[in-house]
Amino acid sequence: MSKLGTITRRSFLIGSAAIAGGVAFGWRWYNFYGENPMLEDLPEGDAALTPYVLITAEGITLITPRMDMGQGAYSVQAALIAEELDVDLAKVTVDPGKPAPIYYNTALSSESVPFPSTDRGTAANALRSIMDGAMKAMGMQITGGSTTVADQFEKLRYAGAVARETLKQAAAQKTGTAAADLKTADGKVILPDGSTLSYEELAPLAAKTKLVAEVTLRDPSKWRYLGKPMQRIDIVAKSTGTQSYGIDMRLDGMLHATVKRNPNLGEGLKSYDASEAEKIRGVQKVVPITDGVGVVASNTWAAFKGAEAVTFEWEKPAYPQSQEGHWQALSDSFNDDHLDSRDLDKGDVEAATQDNPLTAEYRAPYLAHAPLEPLNATVLVTAERIDVWAGTQVPRFVENQVAKVTGYPVEKIHVHVQMAGGSFGHRLETDQVVQAAETAMHFKGTPVKTTYSREEDFAQEFARQIAMARMKGKASGGKVEAFDLSIAMPSVIASQMGRQGLNLPGPDRIIPAGAWDQPYAIPNYRMSAYRAPQLAPVSSWRSVGASTNAFFHEGFLDELIHAAGADPMEERLRLIWHDESRKVLEAVAEMSGWGGKLPAGTGRGVAFSLSFGTPVAEVVQVADTPDGIRIEKVWVAAETGPVVDPVNFENLVQGGVIWGLGHAMNCELTIADGVYEQSNFDSYQAMRISQCPEITVKGLENSDRVRGIGEPPVPPAAPALANAIFAATGKRLREMPFNKFVDFA
Amino acid sequence: MQLHINGTVHDVDVDPETPLLWVLRDVIGLTGTKYGCGIAQCGACTVHVDGYAMRSCQLAVGDVEGKITTIEGLGNPAALHAVQEAWIENQVAQCGYCQSGQIMQAASLLSENPDPSDEDINDAMYGNLCRCGTYPRIRKAVKDAAKKLAEA
Repeated sequence: MSKLGTITRRSFLIGSAAIAGGVAFGWRWYNFYGENPMLEDLPEGDAALTPYVLITAEGITLITPRMDMGQGAYSVQAALIAEELDVDLAKVTVDPGKPAPIYYNTALSSESVPFPSTDRGTAANALRSIMDGAMKAMGMQITGGSTTVADQFEKLRYAGAVARETLKQAAAQKTGTAAADLKTADGKVILPDGSTLSYEELAPLAAKTKLVAEVTLRDPSKWRYLGKPMQRIDIVAKSTGTQSYGIDMRLDGMLHATVKRNPNLGEGLKSYDASEAEKIRGVQKVVPITDGVGVVASNTWAAFKGAEAVTFEWEKPAYPQSQEGHWQALSDSFNDDHLDSRDLDKGDVEAATQDNPLTAEYRAPYLAHAPLEPLNATVLVTAERIDVWAGTQVPRFVENQVAKVTGYPVEKIHVHVQMAGGSFGHRLETDQVVQAAETAMHFKGTPVKTTYSREEDFAQEFARQIAMARMKGKASGGKVEAFDLSIAMPSVIASQMGRQGLNLPGPDRIIPAGAWDQPYAIPNYRMSAYRAPQLAPVSSWRSVGASTNAFFHEGFLDELIHAAGADPMEERLRLIWHDESRKVLEAVAEMSGWGGKLPAGTGRGVAFSLSFGTPVAEVVQVADTPDGIRIEKVWVAAETGPVVDPVNFENLVQGGVIWGLGHAMNCELTIADGVYEQSNFDSYQAMRISQCPEITVKGLENSDRVRGIGEPPVPPAAPALANAIFAATGKRLREMPFNKFVDFA
Repeated sequence: MQLHINGTVHDVDVDPETPLLWVLRDVIGLTGTKYGCGIAQCGACTVHVDGYAMRSCQLAVGDVEGKITTIEGLGNPAALHAVQEAWIENQVAQCGYCQSGQIMQAASLLSENPDPSDEDINDAMYGNLCRCGTYPRIRKAVKDAAKKLAEA
């Protein structure tokens, strides 16, 4: 056991009374599950000062356990540590580290309680902390739910501060100077006489020093990195083709593979014939895997060609084979047998809507994630262990799944998380890694990289949920008086967690997400969540439940406001009771000059959505041109609390708006004969540059509670666009994608 | 067969029908050029052949005549091309996976049209898909790169 192993986590944690701006946050660490994974095999002289900081003679490594799929997670995590550690981000190594329970994510559970995010009361917080405990106990190392900053805003700064103070302690011991008289800067401890000791030279001594538990986090006014525009640590690599992604793995002697599996999702393979495939130059072998085959070759293209040449007889799916059957299943779910939750029921909706109510039905289709880097994984199986290189949001789920399929014990599975070329939720799934492992099991001792073709990526999608809404409401006296919203969709959580062998008891909070918890003071206001049967497999797609539900909620609210004869902005402002939320609406009204005169044929729509605890308001301006609807401008105001990096914040908000608009305009996955009809970017056209509007972004920073921004800009985009098209043309759009009903320029 | 890539001659022994993309990535090991769709719909595989932007997923390696430049040959972290400088200054990339192709397309545009309008940029960059939605920054970076090249 290394000397560091003698420092128990308890000596580091218990008794910690750390103070952050006067607020004790040590409880987080007191209830600490799991060990620092770096201590397992730490060489003599190296110092692992907390699970986030490694210092060796060669240099400083910051461990950033939330994976980077483009959202800038590595940069922001490194900056949070560096802010307290006093190191130059340009001179350190950043590494996602070994997957471990200690890297659990508790912020992820805050959306899973039946309390709206606006409820900060005792009961709501008590249940959140129980859920947090479960996330810790399970060691849920997950990147997702827009939680990277919210979960780690204190944790990582604290780790940096503990490491810094421990290095000062080591320097004090070495020089006989009191630690209080030492300063730190740029990876060095500075003595009162101005001489310096580098962190690297202090590492052997620091490794033997008890971690300093009592630290004070710096006041935000002293921050050097946080809150200021930062250069992303990957920006040079990503601008020069030198960033390596999972798909770029190259190992000596590596073979290239692909898979082809039953496109009737979740079903098996009756038989296959690979005799033609194995004649193709470069193809080495076609091997059976779960529900399909792996094709192993000397290059990826040969593997793709090989997969095309295999003939299959597939089992047929359990879900309806036509798209109409999927809509029918949703349509049949609006009844008490399917009622999953009804946590919003104010006033008397039935009475208020008895007399000539406004009614509507809305629909949102299945969608693909289709990150531009197709799914892939590289696996090396040897007698002793299995190494996996993959861009994954759930490295510990990957370990379990690979162990299960290979029969190796889980501690022999080593996952090396890779930079990912987008995800949008797709890399919360683990099937692609399991299939790569199944394929590599046939080539022990030889690394095998398995890459999905784009067509396979589409065919095997774990789609965004299909959803349908029925609403009725009433406006009178110029006001919205009643809103009764019913939503039916299959359970994303049941589908997704089921694939990991987990189940979440109780209602699925995704079904009502972004619809039941909106801070509007509508006198008669009800939201019913209906759980449709499981259809095609569904998964988390950027903003998950809110991606469909904000369209339903804000689209129909706009209809009610129109029926009331009120202004869409003014009536929302009148109805909204939550201060932070009202301010984002006020801000976007001011930014856009709402109410000003517009040219003929031009219209504006507004939408608001509170998702993942982050209120966002968007105004979209469209022009009805001879070539079709052109989106001219978008204004966005969001409240996330302190903005950690303004450049990345703006980029993520713009990207979220483009994601929301592009899919609402142009995209759907439809099922025919049991399989998805769309197979590539020719039949699934997301937004291209020519359709991209000018997007102005503002983060308000009125709150001190830190929230995420990866997903929350998505939900308001579709309804704001639909509402703008209505304003410009009088045409109300109640189903996505909108290009089924209007042309876009 | 012989390929001229980034100023170096490579001898490769592959099926001549193999797309240039996969020869670059799997045979030669130049992984900066990306696979995104395989059907010329995303532009992630864009390289230059004699200075013109081409989709390497559609070029059978046996048919390639001319000098190939990939993102690695356009510039490198120590000697950046003006387009790469503009991409870094504007912090265009999110996931970055499409950006090799975007940069190669933009460099080709600017070599033919040193002062592109918004319309020219839309037309030239239309085929380069970005799933993260970095288009506003791409527009700005193309214009900044045009200025840099004009001043050079």
